[in-house]
Amino acid sequence: MALPPNVSPTDFEAALAAWRQAVGAEWVFTSDADIALYRDAYSPYWGEPEERVASAAVAPQTLEQVQAVVRAANQHGVPLYPISTGRNLAYGGSAPVYSGSVVLDLKRMNRVLEVNERNAYALVEPGVSYFDLYDHITKANLDVWIDPPDPGWGSVIGNALDGGAGWTASPFRDHFGSHCGMEVVLANGEVVRTGMGALPNSKSWQHNRWGFGPWVDGLFRQSNFGVVTKMGFYLMPRPEALMSATASSARDEDIVPMLDVLNLLENQHVVNGSTALFGGAAGPGPQSSAWTVTVPIYGPEEVVRAQMRYAKAKFTAIPGVNFLEGELFRTPLSPQALARVRLVNFGIPNLSTFAMLGRSPTNPQPAGGHIDFSPIVPRTGESVLEFKRFYNENLSKVSGGENLGILGPVYMTCWDRTLVCLIMFPIGRDQVRNAKIRAAFEGWVHLAAERGWAEYRAPAVFQDLVADTYSYNNHSLRRLRETIKDAVDPKGILSAGRYGVWPRHLRKV
Amino acid sequence: MKYVLLLMAALCPAAHAAGPDGKAVYEHWCAPCHAPGPGHPGTQSLQFKYQGKLSPVLLERTDLAPQVVSVFVRQGVLLMAPFRKTEITDADLAALSAYVTTHFKAP
Repeated sequence: MALPPNVSPTDFEAALAAWRQAVGAEWVFTSDADIALYRDAYSPYWGEPEERVASAAVAPQTLEQVQAVVRAANQHGVPLYPISTGRNLAYGGSAPVYSGSVVLDLKRMNRVLEVNERNAYALVEPGVSYFDLYDHITKANLDVWIDPPDPGWGSVIGNALDGGAGWTASPFRDHFGSHCGMEVVLANGEVVRTGMGALPNSKSWQHNRWGFGPWVDGLFRQSNFGVVTKMGFYLMPRPEALMSATASSARDEDIVPMLDVLNLLENQHVVNGSTALFGGAAGPGPQSSAWTVTVPIYGPEEVVRAQMRYAKAKFTAIPGVNFLEGELFRTPLSPQALARVRLVNFGIPNLSTFAMLGRSPTNPQPAGGHIDFSPIVPRTGESVLEFKRFYNENLSKVSGGENLGILGPVYMTCWDRTLVCLIMFPIGRDQVRNAKIRAAFEGWVHLAAERGWAEYRAPAVFQDLVADTYSYNNHSLRRLRETIKDAVDPKGILSAGRYGVWPRHLRKV
Repeated sequence: MKYVLLLMAALCPAAHAAGPDGKAVYEHWCAPCHAPGPGHPGTQSLQFKYQGKLSPVLLERTDLAPQVVSVFVRQGVLLMAPFRKTEITDADLAALSAYVTTHFKAP
């Protein structure tokens, strides 16, 4: 049996005994075969000494069991790494950031505690996936939509806490931004409810996120200050219709006015759907300089059509831009319509995104997994053109002159005012190739930081690297986070190293 | 012993009526990728792998042994990460394996 680092066999045995008492022996995993299930299937260090692996796992089902597990870990100094559904693939999966931590697997906490149709919100536990919440709402015949990310098997809470995005209307696509109220277990086992939830017998926990006094919810995003055991989320009342259009231009420089129009329309909330930007690819041919923006609008049909006229007038005022209106889909979708839409845009979770990197005629021998470099760039045409040049100029250099199968850039417009410029890296079981991919990834992080760009989220093994780029004023933000970490988790037992925040005893001097 | 139990589960699904429902496990955990038709990456992947020699749809396969199902569930393959015991318990897995390997016999 593996031991967590800096933990004596006596202490570990005592913690294991306390956990077995709290959650039942069958939910404490210590065998090699069971622990292997917690490995990160997309680890860039797969099979190498640097791979981040668990020493054990413990899976509580209730809040009280989480408290008991955390208290025992705190008492015996055992590092824990909470996961929700463990499907944070490409960002570490279900493996800990600090190797040897015990995974606190919250998948069994899978209750949908409330879905309120009249005020359009849900309250869920960490083990609830997008599929689970969708099924619950469908079975109860409630007229509200969820906002699924690409793969539907992830945790609603976990995705929000890691900073994930979805594909429906703008108020819901920032998953952390659309939450309302949390319940958190601190490292000493104490339970905190945030916002209006701090009021005993609160009637408005999921109605108002701010409550009274300093708002602390942000401290639990991409963090290691507590274990989130409940979270509320706003839902979208089913819109009557979705209509999409495309605006395109053959000229590279037209991206500047096109994005200005797109920004105006989104910031005016005329365009509220999940827009997309295609083009500018590094490939050869005249099409490589063409740009296409998709412009989806949700709402009542007559309102959508009026907003679309306004959007069309704005885009076609740019000389040379072609505006093409698409089909208007009324909801609920007919079976025929279901077959030809992108389901996530209609609040329907699925796994079709995995087809993109799976085995196919264009990819007969896929590597297996992937990781992404996803820096945040201002939503302007000048930034897009700069990033495109940056990518083309540096791809060969960071790849050591080899074709490593790197794909990019994909310009994500999931959040207003922001572009996420995604570069994808294949990850497999070939250690030599993985080492080259790691070097390329590190190269992109450094080169982007020189331009003032950095990631919003990163694979576990690169979280220190990325956190280091946020270095303004001699890393004052990191030092503030460390001060908080030491105060709320003095023994440093929770998710050491997550997003670059280490407890005092593990910090590099 | 494990295989005997799996075999029994495969041969006598009715005797396990009180345990996990293999069909429900399949529909929750496998169908999103392995159901027939477009939009199912597991089916797409197997289609290109088998090139018509075998069905790419898991429930149309008549040659799978329960152990094969267990290996793929617990070890994963390519993009499909393994499933933990908090997701698919050993009892769920036995029921799932029985369902997938006997489904074709259903009327």
